[in-house]
Amino acid sequence: MSTAAPEGGTAAISQAGAEVRLSGVNKWFGDHHVLRDINLTVKPGEVVVLLGPSGSGKSTLCRTINRLETIDSGSVQIDGAEIPAEGKALAELRSEVGMVFQSFNLFAHKSVLENVTMGPIKVRGKSKREARELAEALLKKVGVVNQADKLPAQLSGGQQQRVAIARSLAMRPRVMLFDEPTSALDPEMITEVLDTMASLAKEGMTMIVVTHEMGFAREAADRVVFLADGAVVEENTPEEFFTNPQSDRAKDFLGKILNH
Amino acid sequence: MSYFDQFSRLFADYDVVGAFWVNIQLTFWAAVFAFLIGAVVALMRISPVPSLRLLGGAYVHIVRNTPLTILMVMAVLALWTQMHITLSTDFKQNFFNFAVAMLSIYHAAFVCEAIRSGVNTVPLGQAEAARSIGLGFLPTARLIIFPQAIRGAITPLGNALIALTKNTTVAAAASVAEASVMMKKMIEFDSDVIFAIFMTFALGFVIIVIPVGLITTWASRKWAVKR
Repeated sequence: MSTAAPEGGTAAISQAGAEVRLSGVNKWFGDHHVLRDINLTVKPGEVVVLLGPSGSGKSTLCRTINRLETIDSGSVQIDGAEIPAEGKALAELRSEVGMVFQSFNLFAHKSVLENVTMGPIKVRGKSKREARELAEALLKKVGVVNQADKLPAQLSGGQQQRVAIARSLAMRPRVMLFDEPTSALDPEMITEVLDTMASLAKEGMTMIVVTHEMGFAREAADRVVFLADGAVVEENTPEEFFTNPQSDRAKDFLGKILNH
Repeated sequence: MSYFDQFSRLFADYDVVGAFWVNIQLTFWAAVFAFLIGAVVALMRISPVPSLRLLGGAYVHIVRNTPLTILMVMAVLALWTQMHITLSTDFKQNFFNFAVAMLSIYHAAFVCEAIRSGVNTVPLGQAEAARSIGLGFLPTARLIIFPQAIRGAITPLGNALIALTKNTTVAAAASVAEASVMMKKMIEFDSDVIFAIFMTFALGFVIIVIPVGLITTWASRKWAVKR
């Protein structure tokens, strides 16, 4: 896996997106069949939004792509290569798949800057100076460069989540996973995070986004995948999905969330 | 004889400070080694490798449930007398080293559990975030989990240190001339001032231990991880 990409500067923060292919993925939590025979291909540079009622398996699905969740059968491939089961190879893969969590998960004992430079220094072996330059460029891009020396707890939720995005981008990922990135945010903080994500989408990043933000799905997504009870029920362009859902489950779901 | 005279007689006839100094030295070295061993055992107990977890768990359960006195006596009678293992060519230093070794092995089990309770204060998301940027198990433990776990473990580690400080008196069973040995000697030869003898050693330990408690309370507040 080559990671050749121009260094430094605010331009070319991300590199060419990768293809993600899930085929026949099944997963059980005990007796509970959380993922049922999932087949999903996300093309390079595509932005796919996973929608579905709670408990439909969308977060679990998202987490299988960097193997934070293991699968019981099927395969997950990134650019045609099966993701490794464990060890160094898995760590290497994870470094190329960015992940943004609902609860931000910034390293609580490290400053904002250290959060972003950690990966480049410890995983990529960059010099401190190089990592710092990259981190400052990324923090500038997400609009929190003036908070670089603070601890995560001193930032607002929206700022923390943007730092988390910068931390992922510092690894120059080929795929970005967003697991309900705005669900823990106060309403007035949501836009700033969604804007950051939308600008990433424009740059051609492959993105898989679990969200309840229908506005983001409509504007930034290339495709909406609707899950219910662990299975893909419907997938379509956002326009088609929102205006003309085919399945009863999707109609029911949209009826419940769009009527307010 | 007034209490003041009693105390001054004891302090004039015996090197009380020197005896306590032995306890402080035992405490220091045993704390260092117990921390190192305990950290390794804690790492084993949280590792993803089942055999290491089993080994770490077995260590804690066996060592923690063995009386320290038995470990001390075993060191001297089994390891030294029978198996001729020595930890120093110097006769007195040998016993001192055995006492440090046994105190370290014993208290490592408690340090391990204190660290593990600290690990439980670190949200799972911290490890997931570390893994998701490509850090492996050991770098994740060293850079992300342990620094936060230790801060969350300051209070239980302080408790372990206090217990260790007082348990250094058990080193008497390994023939180390520390404070409790001197106390026995005083009781033997100066039993007319028995109250002063007890007060000397009780207060001596209180004076050593109180700062430990104060410092750990202060430190646990100062270094608390803000979430």
